[in-house]
Amino acid sequence: MEKISSITGRFVVLPVQDIDTDQIIPARYLKVTDKSGLAEGLFFAWRFNADGSPKPDFVLNRPEAQGATILVAGRNFGCGSSREHAPWALQGYGFQAVISPYFADIFRNNALKNGLLPVQVDEETYEQLVSLFDEDPTTEVRIDLESQSVTLPDGRSARFPIDPFAKHCLLNGVDQMGFLLAEEPAIAAYEAGHAPRVVTTRS
Amino acid sequence: MTIPRTLFDKIWESHIVRQQTAETPAVLYIDLHLIHEVTSPQAFTELRQRGLKVRRPDRTLATMDHSTPTTPRGPDGIIPVIDAQAVAQLGQLETNCADFGIPLFKLGSANQGIVHVIGPEQGLTQPGMTIVCGDSHTSTHGAFGALAFGIGTSEVAHVLATQCLIQNRPRTMEVRVDGRPGFGVTAKDIILAIIARYGVGAGTGHVFEYTGAAIRALSMEERMTICNMSIEGGARAGMIAPDDTTFQYIAGRPFAPQGAAWEAALAQWRSLPTDAGATYDRTITLDASQLTPMITYGTNPGMGMPIDGRIPLPEEMPDPSARQALDKALRYMDLRPGEPLLGHKIDVVFLGSCTNSRISDLRLAAGMLKGRRVAEGVRMLVVPGSQQVRQQAEAEGLHEVFRAAGAEWREAGCSACLGMNDDKVPAGKYAVSTSNRNFEGRQGPGARTFLASPVTAVAAAIEGAVADPRKYLRN
Repeated sequence: MEKISSITGRFVVLPVQDIDTDQIIPARYLKVTDKSGLAEGLFFAWRFNADGSPKPDFVLNRPEAQGATILVAGRNFGCGSSREHAPWALQGYGFQAVISPYFADIFRNNALKNGLLPVQVDEETYEQLVSLFDEDPTTEVRIDLESQSVTLPDGRSARFPIDPFAKHCLLNGVDQMGFLLAEEPAIAAYEAGHAPRVVTTRS
Repeated sequence: MTIPRTLFDKIWESHIVRQQTAETPAVLYIDLHLIHEVTSPQAFTELRQRGLKVRRPDRTLATMDHSTPTTPRGPDGIIPVIDAQAVAQLGQLETNCADFGIPLFKLGSANQGIVHVIGPEQGLTQPGMTIVCGDSHTSTHGAFGALAFGIGTSEVAHVLATQCLIQNRPRTMEVRVDGRPGFGVTAKDIILAIIARYGVGAGTGHVFEYTGAAIRALSMEERMTICNMSIEGGARAGMIAPDDTTFQYIAGRPFAPQGAAWEAALAQWRSLPTDAGATYDRTITLDASQLTPMITYGTNPGMGMPIDGRIPLPEEMPDPSARQALDKALRYMDLRPGEPLLGHKIDVVFLGSCTNSRISDLRLAAGMLKGRRVAEGVRMLVVPGSQQVRQQAEAEGLHEVFRAAGAEWREAGCSACLGMNDDKVPAGKYAVSTSNRNFEGRQGPGARTFLASPVTAVAAAIEGAVADPRKYLRN
């Protein structure tokens, strides 16, 4: 996994609360056996008409939203289905971070495992970002992982929480599988001391 | 004196491989890993790329449910899969299971079905276990007093390779439901009412434990319906303390402990319920005696109301963001604030999904539909949760009741719950569904979903419109 220390870029605002992962990537795109091609399904029903033509009013289709690397969305982003295809689709489209007042648990976990940064900010900061985007959609923000802060162009700054272990992994480009594999002795010891609860291969 | 602990505390603590520290999360051992075709392929790819084995194929079980068709079998007894992508995905699961030694319940085989139906049905889901699956409705298994939650595909790879997960300890929330449910009020109505009152984000960061007289009085299948939709309340897991109802349900199932092992298991299971004096991080309550049958009007499961209620007005919403959400939802649904839903025409009725596709759901629905007809122009799909449920229903003649009424009796699977197989609700059409999500497009592009209980779904099928089930039930 690539190291992440900071992200500076333009953002696009989707001011909708409770955006579920079915909106982020509909189930019919989940029939793939790899991670490719998911970006075309991102927010499909909001981005495209039934005939496949883009909906000009949808924020991602507006010219000023092109090239944005940060998505700002309403509270409880990523609720619903556990599909990791949601962060894969967001990254495939070009997003590196999502800013929201809070995230659904499974989405946040999935995002962190892929280096898509979930940035949880207070409602006031969220509203400021919504206003800033309205005023000037080319505004840039800076997200700094080390100091866990989001900085707006006028210097205002807000801190965000992040699990210290996930932060360590992101800053150092370490993936979590390696950490778990290194626990082999402890896992073996646990198994030695605990009889299996069920054995699925028992015929 | 020992510190009183909750059900959650006891399971969490007994599965710690490595304690949580200030810098690192806990390493949690997983007793049972369920997998299916949709969220596992990329995890197996990762294993192959890293040259890893599946650590415990003997604690892993696979089924096919999401992308599978539920079309009745041909004369050869085979369920035909036409969608090329689904064929590839199902083939991939078969190859992965064969290569890594994982038992698989193949499409159409005797034990195949929705992953959250087959675990309990086989007796694999037992109190005190940790159970995960790459599916958010894994919360269902918490009905047995297990800690069960959905994970992403990266985590599926973690569990395949190490039988463990990296986890931060969640907070606990007691969801206490007291009182005796009113006439016609089912488990589905209780959970829809909880989510309607407290919202789709209330459980974020928490594990629910459902307590109270109304919960204790529920059957196991009703408890599964409640725990299933914990994720719709924002909680990754929902649990109910095991009791005699739980033990009776498990006894005699294929993977249930037997003989001396059963007695030992019982003793351990009886020690699991939350101790007197144990505390939760938060408690929310609901009085079941005040409930009526519920239905959703919007595009998330929290947008629910009593069946005889009216859609809220914008000014009744708590804040501008919620007002916008209501407005967006009603535009999608083509409904207006202040309207009742009773009498609203519907096109499809879907009886199925991991929420409501078990034998008791089918019995209840068939009992109500017997001697009646599905209204002209309404398509009703009845989709048993598993092949075992299908066989049981057929042994009881329930399929004949559904067919005689004009409903379709289908093969087991997730079906029209999620719009990724052939079973979909057409664009712009209205469905009353016993499933768990009414998100935009969930049941197919442009589909409009009203979530409700099996009896409310049957009432709608009979009338061809949203209807109060109580007039078809005997008090």
